[in-house]
Amino acid sequence: MTRPAVRIRDVHKSFGNTEVLKGIELSVPKGSTTCLLGPSGSGKSTLLRCIAFLEETTSGLIEIDGDPLGFADPGGGRSRTRLSAGDIRRVRAKIGMVFQQFNLWPHMTALGNVTEALVTVQGMKRSAANEIGNQQLARVGLSDRGHHYPSELSGGQQQRVAIARALALSPDILLFDEPTASLDPELTGEVLNVMRELAETGMTLVIVTHEIGFAASVGQKIAFLDHGKLLLDGPPAEIFGTPRHPRLEQFLETYLDRGAATLV
Amino acid sequence: MSTRLFELMLWAAGKTVLLSAISIAIGLAIGLLVCAAKLSPRRLLSIPATVYVSLFRGVPLLVQLLLIYNLLPVLGILVPSEVAAIAGLSLCTAAYQAENLRGGFNSVPRGLIEAADMVGMSPWQQLRRIRAPIAFRLTLPALVNEMILILKASSLISVVGVIELTRMAQNLSASTFRPLLFYSVAGAIYLVICWLVAGGGSLAERLMRTGSSR
Ligand SMILES: Nc1ncnc2c1ncn2[C@@H]1O[C@H](COP(=O)(O)OP(=O)(O)OP(=O)(O)O)[C@@H](O)[C@H]1O
Ligand SMILES: [Mg+2]
Repeated sequence: MTRPAVRIRDVHKSFGNTEVLKGIELSVPKGSTTCLLGPSGSGKSTLLRCIAFLEETTSGLIEIDGDPLGFADPGGGRSRTRLSAGDIRRVRAKIGMVFQQFNLWPHMTALGNVTEALVTVQGMKRSAANEIGNQQLARVGLSDRGHHYPSELSGGQQQRVAIARALALSPDILLFDEPTASLDPELTGEVLNVMRELAETGMTLVIVTHEIGFAASVGQKIAFLDHGKLLLDGPPAEIFGTPRHPRLEQFLETYLDRGAATLV
Repeated sequence: MSTRLFELMLWAAGKTVLLSAISIAIGLAIGLLVCAAKLSPRRLLSIPATVYVSLFRGVPLLVQLLLIYNLLPVLGILVPSEVAAIAGLSLCTAAYQAENLRGGFNSVPRGLIEAADMVGMSPWQQLRRIRAPIAFRLTLPALVNEMILILKASSLISVVGVIELTRMAQNLSASTFRPLLFYSVAGAIYLVICWLVAGGGSLAERLMRTGSSR
């Protein structure tokens, strides 16, 4: 078996005295789409942010394609050691992230957002970076919007620019934290379609979402979090098929009642 | 008013603008340093910066100017009064600008910095490409405000012997016995300068909102 894209080993995370993640074990197979579901406050964003190293875990280890992220296990039962900033940056370069609030830089055009790291971080020539940037914008259906500023774009367009920004660095793994949650309902489709296409290209995706229909149809793996614990982890047919776990049943009812999604 | 006297008023207005502009620019540079020191996690830097800001914001500018003007010769530094005036104005505006800048830097949304983290930017690259440009845009209205305040506060530097717009009006009033005329003209000139500055500020803001003039 090949190494998983992400391996999470007994991860705990506390904010002050509140333990938000309580011993998570999860592995994300390469080239698959994993959807993280769970009620509000269950720790989905925190887990995703730990995988991106935007939050530091309190204990446990996370490996990205076999490389330890942030902390390493020295073996022999000794406590974990912190890795250098350079090591962290090197491993994190394999990860891209798409945020609920898009987080586009407002003083740069769409193309500027997409090419910024190519030029600033990778030292690429402006013309070469623009070429890649335009390709990525085309991939998310925004070839004609490169010179627009974020404030001149709709929410759905902004989120697609954010996806193009992440794609431009050709990450191995793309993380999404509720990418459609701050969009008007009529704009979620265009973003979900882009994500569906990405999933088909065989990129590794980890998606926190409340779009249960999308999760059921696109996800190869569903992880259900509840109160900081990974309650369920398996293929959608198994997770959503009957009999269902009572907590999942309860969760689905809340979302289906709200009309937020329909089970496929 | 004869043309000759009006020219004198304009010359004095030029001096007001020049000294204010130099002070604002130097104040911005010092303000950036003070702001950086104040945001630093090292107390060796942040405490002196805090003390600086509270001193220069807490003592009236007039008192600061008189102190600097009288202190420099004691220290054996003999400079033209213009230099003393610029020193006083810059040190004072630096304290306010440092606070404005700090507000700007603290208002850069966290998510924008996290996005920069995720594309691998180093702290210095983030500062240069993301945090500083955004903070500057957020600070611009306050900077324009500060320019206007300093333009008007520059009337105080007459106490250290600089002949600027207010002092010129005073002198000409005394020699011609027409105070109403000269103070009105001085007031009108200040007003026009401030309008121009405010207008330039809104223009800059508009250009920056869309990012460029394109
Ligand atoms: N920076 C923080 N400081 C303190 N508590 C936090 C912080 N971030 C998250 N929490 C807490 O951790 C818990 C899990 O939060 P998290 O954002 O991971 O939930 P979530 O599953 O993503 O919820 P939602 O569906 O509402 O986004 C919540 O109780 C939240 O209040
Ligand atoms: Mg969340």
